[in-house]
This record gives sequence, structure tokens and C-alpha cells, in this order.
Amino acid sequence: MWDFPLFPDQASTNAPKLDALMLFELGVLVFFTMAILLFVLAFCVRYRRGNAADRSHPPTHSKAMEAVWIVIPAILSVVMYAWSTRLFFDLYEAPADATQIDVVGKQWMWYVQHSQGRSETNELHVPLGRPMKLNMTSQDVLHSFYIPAFRIKQDVLPGRYTSLWFEPTKVGVYNLFCAEYCGTNHSLMIGKVHVMEPADYEAWLSEKGVGPSQAEEGGRLFVQHHCAGCHRGSQTVQAPRLEGVYGKPVPIQDGKDVHFVTADDRYIRDSILLPKDQVVAGYEPIMPSFKDQISETDLLKIIAYIKSIANGETSQ
Amino acid sequence: MSASALAHHDGPPADYLSDSTVASWLLTTDHKRVGILYMISVTVFFAVGGLIAGLMRLELMTPKGDVLATPDSYNRMFTMHGVIMIFFFLVPAIPSVLGNFLIPLMIGARDLAFPKINLLSWYVYIIGGLMGVWILIFGGIDTGWTFYTPFSTMYSNTMVVTAAVTVFITGFSSILTGLNFVVTVHTMRAPGMTWFRLPLFVWSHYATALIMVLATPVLAISIVLVGLERLFHVGIFDPKLGGDPILFQHLFWFYSHPAVYIMVLPGFAVISEIIPCFARRPIFGYRFIAFASVAIAIFGFLVWGHHMFVSGQSMYAGAVFSILSFLVAIPSAIKVFNWTATLYKGSIKFDTPMLYALGFIGLFTIGGLTGLMLASLAIDVHVHDTYFVVAHFHYIMVGGTTMAYLAGIHFWWPKISGRTYPELWGKLSALLVFVGFNLTFFPQFLLGYLGMPRRYFEYRPEFQVLNVMSTAGASILAVGLIMPLVYLLLSLRQPRNAGPNPWGATGLEWQVESPPTTHNFHEPVLVTCEPYLYSPEEAEREYAHVQHVHSS
Repeated sequence: MWDFPLFPDQASTNAPKLDALMLFELGVLVFFTMAILLFVLAFCVRYRRGNAADRSHPPTHSKAMEAVWIVIPAILSVVMYAWSTRLFFDLYEAPADATQIDVVGKQWMWYVQHSQGRSETNELHVPLGRPMKLNMTSQDVLHSFYIPAFRIKQDVLPGRYTSLWFEPTKVGVYNLFCAEYCGTNHSLMIGKVHVMEPADYEAWLSEKGVGPSQAEEGGRLFVQHHCAGCHRGSQTVQAPRLEGVYGKPVPIQDGKDVHFVTADDRYIRDSILLPKDQVVAGYEPIMPSFKDQISETDLLKIIAYIKSIANGETSQ
Repeated sequence: MSASALAHHDGPPADYLSDSTVASWLLTTDHKRVGILYMISVTVFFAVGGLIAGLMRLELMTPKGDVLATPDSYNRMFTMHGVIMIFFFLVPAIPSVLGNFLIPLMIGARDLAFPKINLLSWYVYIIGGLMGVWILIFGGIDTGWTFYTPFSTMYSNTMVVTAAVTVFITGFSSILTGLNFVVTVHTMRAPGMTWFRLPLFVWSHYATALIMVLATPVLAISIVLVGLERLFHVGIFDPKLGGDPILFQHLFWFYSHPAVYIMVLPGFAVISEIIPCFARRPIFGYRFIAFASVAIAIFGFLVWGHHMFVSGQSMYAGAVFSILSFLVAIPSAIKVFNWTATLYKGSIKFDTPMLYALGFIGLFTIGGLTGLMLASLAIDVHVHDTYFVVAHFHYIMVGGTTMAYLAGIHFWWPKISGRTYPELWGKLSALLVFVGFNLTFFPQFLLGYLGMPRRYFEYRPEFQVLNVMSTAGASILAVGLIMPLVYLLLSLRQPRNAGPNPWGATGLEWQVESPPTTHNFHEPVLVTCEPYLYSPEEAEREYAHVQHVHSS
């Protein structure tokens, strides 16, 4: 009658790796729990008061024993540590060919934006067998993006981008939860992840007609918010050109010194919202702040646009 | 230990309970009476926190929200459950009740170093507690006991500032108690009571007290900052104001991780007294257990970041906090192995305190080893903020601390009250608490690995069976916890029948009357030997003799 699973679905390349580590640690746990239980039970039976047994010279200490039960757990700890840390670092090093999906969390829904243009709410459609990279931010409080079947989770923070990647391995529908308590309807901030055959996914992307891509939308916003007036073409106001900037080091005037900052998502976001903080060397700090004027979702589109012109080609 | 503690006086000396006026209790500076005041108050708060837990478990019987009516009421419930259980039960339970009562007796002192500060700590605690109850009645707070920003500073519409003041005030009670213990252990030990003749109970409380004094102010500061940001928008934690939400988590866990050891180290203290007594042999590895307490206190300060593996802090920071968290498991393991080895060649008797103590070892082992899973970065990514974590910290903090507290209350009840309690009922309660606890929280490990996040008012239907099991377990646990309250209170109606040392235990506290006189010792105490000088062979001889007398 009741759906009653005892083990979660494995639907990403990460899931079986994590489960293997978990089973190893479970083995260690069961071994030690059982060992302690057996010793306690055996001693309790054999040395219960009134039971004949040799009780002469009970040992009060033994450095050799202490050494054994310090060294063995220490070795096992190092094994578990190395193994789990390797897997953990893998989660944050997305393959170069991973497709980016932008995610914005807000009380109480997930907004998902695919780079090809289609967006969705509380649903996430992904193709089977392709690495996908999540680029996430929050519009208000802390949230946490959690897909149990993929064994991934990452907090989503206001004012910052966090990321994760995964590669789905099984077609199906899986739970997407918010795991960080975020207020009244925290438990209703849930969604569904649909893992589809790549062909179905392509069809789904264009189901509502092929609209403008994330970067094209960004290009439109770039003009609409008057960014283009200074940052593009033969501008009258002097501002740095943005073609080819994304992912490259940018010289920043820092008092009398100059240091370099990588022009990543975070730098671009900060430059739009807090333009006076990190001014490119050789330019005046004259750009106005766009704080409270551009939504999180539009910021992501503008960043996608700037990213798209990284190789010099413009999309106008 | 000392030969001269029970000297004869002219006329019966007044015991600490004899003056029964209300004023004499409310103005007392006797460490034993302050311990009793704390005992009554933590029991009340435990009942309130437990009642809320019961309501939450009822709510979670079904996937839809149907018992507590609205998500907001549920969110306020789990927040108050956490705040009350942690700040008003788990943190003060063993140190403020048993520690206050026993530390001076155990080291041969007449009182703590600062008796008036001790009473003050109780008043501070009560003021904090009354404010907590006030919040509960007039609106509540929905941030969770962790007060994560920017939800707590900018978004929650509940009584966050009042709750912050409550936690701030209550923290001072903890600081005062810790300060008192540190100074007492340093300056009030009887002649001959060297550091390595201290009962392990005192060692553990000494380590706990250091954490209380050093960590609690950090909580106070971070909670003041939350209040300031909420009231004046200062921009410390909210990114919209230029603040950093991760900063709050660093500050919060810098207190709240060591606080776990404030809750558990006193549990170790109790278990280290009970196991040698009921196994009738010296504790195995005294110095290792003593140093392990201090090591846990020190390591406890270095692992706060393991609460933040998926928070967005640097993954390299995560890697450092992970290895440090594995390290802290080792002194904990030392203790469990030493207690187990203490049973070897003992003469073991299974009275209620011993059953609770053995239950403690079981729950603490499971809680500690699942802690290794959480210390493993990749596994934590999956189970962080799920019921796996809920189960883990309930095993450690609630299972560990509550079992140890009940073990200690049963063990020292004859000393505190002068009365014995019905052993059969005591054993039954220990069994019910152990079974009920495991049935409540073990399914939550499975729920967490399946992916059920914590703090959920409603959940996916596939999680229901395990939730129903958990709720069923909670009702057994409730019965097991209510029983001692009933039979211990009823035991007060019988005449004093315990005698000074009903368990035949070593330790200075067992050489004075039950209940002790106001000034504990009639004459100056001189300590001439180590603690735990039990002999299993002697225990066997006595046992055989008693059997012989009964049969002839």
C-alpha cells in the first residue's frame, strides 16, 4: 500500500561513488558497534556478580592497549578522510564541457534558467549522460539546492554565486528539495528533476518555440539598461570594452597599487551592483550602481551575454 | 578515601533539607540547594520541550500538515523545542544539577568558591527561562535555534530580538557556573586531593567549565550582532547591506560546536563514576580518560566549520575542518574503549544506574560513529540538513546526555534525598528509554539518507512509514521518561532509608550522611589515596556471604 523505499535512487555518476564510500563507513560503524556490544555483553555475562570467574589483578591501565585503540581508529579515519575529500573536490570541479544552468532561489520557489532560453519553476529538465553545471544564487535568504538521487547539495546564498555539477545516469523523475530552512513554506519549496533522453530534452527545450537564448536576452538587457552606451562601440564616455574579458584577469586600481582579479560571474555581478569597489586601472569610477534595479535573473542573463562575447564575437 | 569524614558530633547535625521555608530556598547559597533548584527547573523545561517534541512527532505522522494547522506554528514549535532543550535542559542539566551538588562534596570542600555567584547563576537562568516561556506564549519565533542570517535579521516576522536577549541572558548563567567550577577545582580541593586523585567526574566538569567560560561569550556576541542588525540595519550579516551571511555561521558554530561538548562531557563524567562502582573495580586507564576530556575540550574549538561544508565556505576550509573533526573522534573512542575494558574482571551488578550507563555507551557509540560519516565531506554533502543529522545529534546530545543524566540522578538520588527508589521500576524505565529512543531516532538515519530534509512541516508520501515508526518510538520514550518522575517523587514520601553509602561506592560524597549536612563535612578532610579503589574479589566474597546467610 505504501511506497516504502529503504535506499535512495542512484541517478548520477556521483551517486554510486558516494554510496560505495557510505557502505565502507557503514561497515566500519557496524564493526565497531558490534565489537563494543560483544565485549560489553561478554564481560557482563562472564563477570556478573556471583558468577565464578578469575577476577585476580584486574588491570588498571595498559599503554599498549591504549596505543592500539588510538592507532587503529586513526588509520581508518585517514582512509575515510582521503576518500571522501577526493569525492568532495570532484563535485566542485565541473568538466569543461558542462552545460550551465542558472538557478535562482526565492521564498518559496526555484527558478531555473536554461542557457538555450527556456526557463521553468520548481522543475528541472536535464538530458541523460551530459555533465550539467549549476550556477546558483538567492534573491532573499539562504536556501539549499538538494537532489537526493544525485547525492548533491549546495547552499544558495544571496549576493553570491555557488556552483555544483552532476551527470545524470538514469531516466526518471526525482525529488528536488530546499534543504536549508528558509521560512514559512520551507517544506513546500520542492520540485521535480526530470532526467530525459537527449533527443527528448532537445525537443523539450524547443517545445514552446525557439526563443532567444540566455545570452541573447542578456544582450537585449545590456542595451536596455544603457550598459552598451559606455561599454560598447565608439563610446563617448570612457569605459572598458567587455569583449574577451570573461574569465581573464583584470587590472584593478587599488590605491596606488594595481592587482589582478579574474573576471568571473562574481566579479561581473559586483561590478554592476557595486561599481566603485573594484575599478579597472586607468578608468574613472563614474559608473552608477544598478543595485535594486536589475533582478537576480536579469543579472544572470547579462553575465551570460558577457560570457558569450568572451571570444570576441558579439551577438547583436 | 578519607577516614575522618564521618565524625561524631553532639546532637544530630542539620541536613541541608531541614530548613523548609521558601525564603531559605530562594536565598540559599548552599551548592546542594542550588543544585536542587536547578533540578526542579530543568525538569520543568524538559517537560515543556518534550511536550513540544510530542506535538511535532504527531504532526509528522502524516505527510500533510494536519495537526498543528499551519506551517508557521510548526516552525515556531521546532524552534522553541531546540532553544528550550539546548539552552534550558541539555547545557545546564548535568553541570548545574549534579555538578553543583557533587563537586564540592567530591573534592572535600564545604561549598563552591563563589556561593552567591552560584545562586545568581540560577536566577539568571530563571529570568532567561521565563522570557523563553513568554516568547512561546506570545507569538513564538520561527528561525530555528540556529538563528541563521539573513532570515533572522531581515525576513522573520517573529520575536527574534526577544529570543536573542533570552539566549544572551541564559548564556551568562552558563559562564557563571563555568567560572565557579574552574576556581573551585583550582582552589578548594582538600589537602591530599591532588589532580590525579580527582574523581573523573571532576575532571570532566573542569574541561566543560573551560568551554563554558571561553565559548559562551562568542555566542553572546554573535546574538547581540543579530539583534543590532535587525533593529538598526548595521550590515554585518545581510549581503544587501554589505554583510556576509557565512560570517554569522562561523560565529554561531564557534560557540555551538563546543557547546555539544558542554552537553556531552558531563555525561562522560557521570558514566566514569558509575561503571567502576557497579563493576566493582578501578577504572581502566584513569589518566587517558582524564586527558581525553581535556583533549575533547581543546579539539572542540577547532571543528566548528564542519557545520558549513555546503554553506559556500571555501572547499579547502572544508578539507581542514574535516580532518580535525576526525581527530576529535579519537579521544571520544578512548573513553568508550576504556569503559568497556573496565568491565573486564569486574564483579558486575545491574542496578538502574548501571543499565542507564550501559545504554549510554550504546547510544553514544552509534552517535559518535555516525559523526564520522558527517565528518566525511562527500557524505555530508548528501546528508547535511537532513534527518540523518537530526538522528545523529539526537543520539549524541539527547541520547548521550539524557541517559547519563538519568543514570546520575538514579545513582545519586539516595545521596540527594536520603531515600531509595523501587529498583524494578528503575530498570524498566531504563529499558523503555533505551528501546523508545532507538525506535524514535534510528528510522531517522534512514529517512535522512533517503533524502528527507529537516525542519519539514510536510513531506513526500514515501517517507511516511519511517516517520510513523519514529512517532511510535517517541510515545514509548515518553512513557520511559515519565516513569522516573513519578517513582522518584513518590519515594520522597517514605522515611529516609538510604544510609550514607547504599551502593558501597568510593568517593568522598559517600562518606557523609544522606542527605548531607549543610556544611558537608564535620571535620577537615584529608585525602590519602587514589579514587576507585574497588575490589572485585571482595565484592564476590560479600555477595557469597549474603547468599549464604539468606539460604541458611
